[in-house]
Amino acid sequence: MSLKDKLHETKLKFQGTKMAPAFNAIHTFLYTPNETTHSGAHVRGADDLKRTMNTVILSLIPVVLFSFFNAGYQHFSAINGFPAEFNLWEHFLTWDNLVVGLTTILPLLIVSYGVGLGIEFLFAVLKGHEVEEGYLVTGILVPLIVPVDTPLWMLAIAVAFGVVIGKEVFGGTGMNILNPALTIRAFLFFAYPTWMSGDKVWVHQAVERAGTADAISGETILGYLAQGKAGEYTYSISDMFFGFIPGSVGETSTFLILLGGLFLIYSKIASWRIMVSAVIGALVMGLIFNSVVNAGWITETSKFYDLMSFPFWQHLIVGGLAFGIVFMATDPVTGAQTELGKWYYGFFIGFISVLIRVFNPAYPEGVFLAILLMNVFAPTIDHYVVRANVARRKKRATSLPNIQTAH
Amino acid sequence: MKTKLSALFLCPNFNHLVSRIMSQDIHIKKGLDIKLVGAAAREIAPATPPKNYRIQLEDFHGLTPKMLKKTGETVQSGEPLFCDKDRPEVVVVAPVSGLVQEIHRGERRRILSVDILADSEQKQVKHAVLDLHAAQADQIKSLLLVSGCWPLIKQRPYDVIAGVQTTPKAIFIAGLDTAPLAAELDFILKDQVDEVQAAVTALSKLAPVVHISAPAQGSAVFSGLKDCQLHRVSGVHPAGLVGTLINRVDPVNKGEVVWTIQAADLAIIGKVITQGIYDSSRTVAFAGANFETNQYISLKQGASLFEALKKFGLKSGSRVINGNVLTGKKSHKEGYLGFYNTTVTAIPEGNDYEFFGWNKPVTEKVSITRALTFSWLFPKKNYNLTTNTNGEHRAFVVTGHYEQVFPLDIYPMQLLKACMIKDLDEMEALGLYEVAPEDFSLTEFVCISKQPHQQIIREGLDLLQKEIG
Repeated sequence: MSLKDKLHETKLKFQGTKMAPAFNAIHTFLYTPNETTHSGAHVRGADDLKRTMNTVILSLIPVVLFSFFNAGYQHFSAINGFPAEFNLWEHFLTWDNLVVGLTTILPLLIVSYGVGLGIEFLFAVLKGHEVEEGYLVTGILVPLIVPVDTPLWMLAIAVAFGVVIGKEVFGGTGMNILNPALTIRAFLFFAYPTWMSGDKVWVHQAVERAGTADAISGETILGYLAQGKAGEYTYSISDMFFGFIPGSVGETSTFLILLGGLFLIYSKIASWRIMVSAVIGALVMGLIFNSVVNAGWITETSKFYDLMSFPFWQHLIVGGLAFGIVFMATDPVTGAQTELGKWYYGFFIGFISVLIRVFNPAYPEGVFLAILLMNVFAPTIDHYVVRANVARRKKRATSLPNIQTAH
Repeated sequence: MKTKLSALFLCPNFNHLVSRIMSQDIHIKKGLDIKLVGAAAREIAPATPPKNYRIQLEDFHGLTPKMLKKTGETVQSGEPLFCDKDRPEVVVVAPVSGLVQEIHRGERRRILSVDILADSEQKQVKHAVLDLHAAQADQIKSLLLVSGCWPLIKQRPYDVIAGVQTTPKAIFIAGLDTAPLAAELDFILKDQVDEVQAAVTALSKLAPVVHISAPAQGSAVFSGLKDCQLHRVSGVHPAGLVGTLINRVDPVNKGEVVWTIQAADLAIIGKVITQGIYDSSRTVAFAGANFETNQYISLKQGASLFEALKKFGLKSGSRVINGNVLTGKKSHKEGYLGFYNTTVTAIPEGNDYEFFGWNKPVTEKVSITRALTFSWLFPKKNYNLTTNTNGEHRAFVVTGHYEQVFPLDIYPMQLLKACMIKDLDEMEALGLYEVAPEDFSLTEFVCISKQPHQQIIREGLDLLQKEIG
């Protein structure tokens, strides 16, 4: 008897029992079900939610691989100093770097998926619905947006909070108001602020090294700018674009994020409208700050001077802005759902991200707060877009001459 | 130059001209042509008419039947079989003369279907022929009612058999069918142009205007029709759905009623008017991959499909569909032709598992995405799709996909959600009056969450009709 038949028999055995959703989740992972249409259209499109989620994961794989190496690269560079003449194969794609990445980031991935999927299975069994695939993407996003040394127990608590409070209480996948991955990130930020910000958390073991002879700061570029030390970092534009800089695990390589974004647009899974309008929003806000500086309204003594005079387009290649725009803002459940609304939604995410960056003294990263804020406003944006359609319909009904009413 | 141009735009005649041109030529870009193997060849296979007929009540949504014939009684072709309990003047007539063999009933004695065994010698009810040019609206209406043509007229809102007392603001007829493997209207009506014209002329007296869509490349049957407003339609499915025509030409507002009639049924109405005979013979396409040969055959409403299916070599493991793959009703190898159908489709059942079907590259299925799905590379390829759902039912997640295949000025997902939560005000505000379930067949096809769109819309319409009427 083949595996297919065995699983089919087991499925029939589980049918109607409490554990059926748990078994089905594993079964449908291996085999798309033998379900046929019974009402409505007799044929259906090739895509299902699993395929959609899988496409997002595929687009993230380069970012994940890069993050393994970058974790090691930043770690060793903090100890030995950055190489004078950088060579990709000699200094970056090395075994040593990979080992550091695997030992730090793999556990984050395992905890994220383990705890998150565990809760999803539990809720599916308790509430008697199928396990929905939403967490497949959340689970890979979470390790990519936290500092590399985030303690696993913190991550576990945050994931549990994010999945239960951020998603399941609203009714599970498709019903949540806030992006679950960002809810998890926000929980970590507000519950354990010393762990999640400052200048020591972005590089593996930088906290332990603090105060010793090895203590080379692992500050992010935004961190430098926020402290008015714009002249002190040595990263080039190409470092920033390709991602050889400290930062949250997966946010550094704008280049690979851009590739992922292009793949999502090409595969028609994520909204290009949101991505484009968010980039425009960020550039506009950056330009406004630049021109405020150019107009002489802000002097060098201002604590905002460095961030405001930071070239507007460079906002896109530092910090988590690119990652947020491509992988978080485009979450269809928590974003605007109308095509017109997506333009406004994206624009304000970019606009507010840069605004928060410049004016938030505690933590110079605004993208996750901006997206969460716009998550809250997305239904309002959609409401006004849809009302315009409703108003058009009403106007049509009252403006027509000679209406023949039905009686 | 500038002043000239602006004067041109300000000129009322120019604007009128523009709106006239735009209202008559309709091009649909948002949509999807699902190309399937097994299109019926333009040949009519010879066949002896079947003996067994069955009128199925599931075809008449919202009609509560009151039988006018009992089991064992004889009927003539065109003689009323049953009427609508709430409006007895609406009758459904027998397609053939013969014996009422059996009345099938379901739970609480609800009538499911009526079987008729055809006589070898056919007797036909004959009505007085109308003088079309002199006939008044009332005369035409009563002829349509008494002859059994009324159920062929549907109305929006609610997509049910038209109300007898209503005067519609317009009548809409789609003169092209863009659904997958649908019967070619130009082919099946090619010998009935006069009947079609007579029906259109008669209908034009029941409403201020009759709007008919015809393929932009021209149509032997429709392009020359008189007493109606013709609209040249091109583009992808749902260009041929009557709902698309209504939305583009004159959408249904609250309090208004429009009527819709299938183009193929104009031939039946036309024959009643010109000859006084209800003759439901129609040329039916047998399409789809699970026939050995794909041809047309002449059948009457309710005719047994058994012989025809055998003749065309129905394969085992088939889904037989009364209608097209998007909106048809599930039938079987001993099924009967539906009341409104001109297409019978057979496709393979897809009741099998597929190893890692959700993540491996797909070339043999249709998709509007490129998520390792490659149908976008082969726009001319014909597919052999099965009835597999390609995934399980999920909550609404993805946005923006429905809009790609939905050309109406309506927010599809928002309307579906309003129907699901039974919010009557929202259903009304978002445009439920304008649509029928079939308008949501393509959104249902592309739905990643495998939600039953047509069923959701049907239930929404039923609720709205019950509450607001």
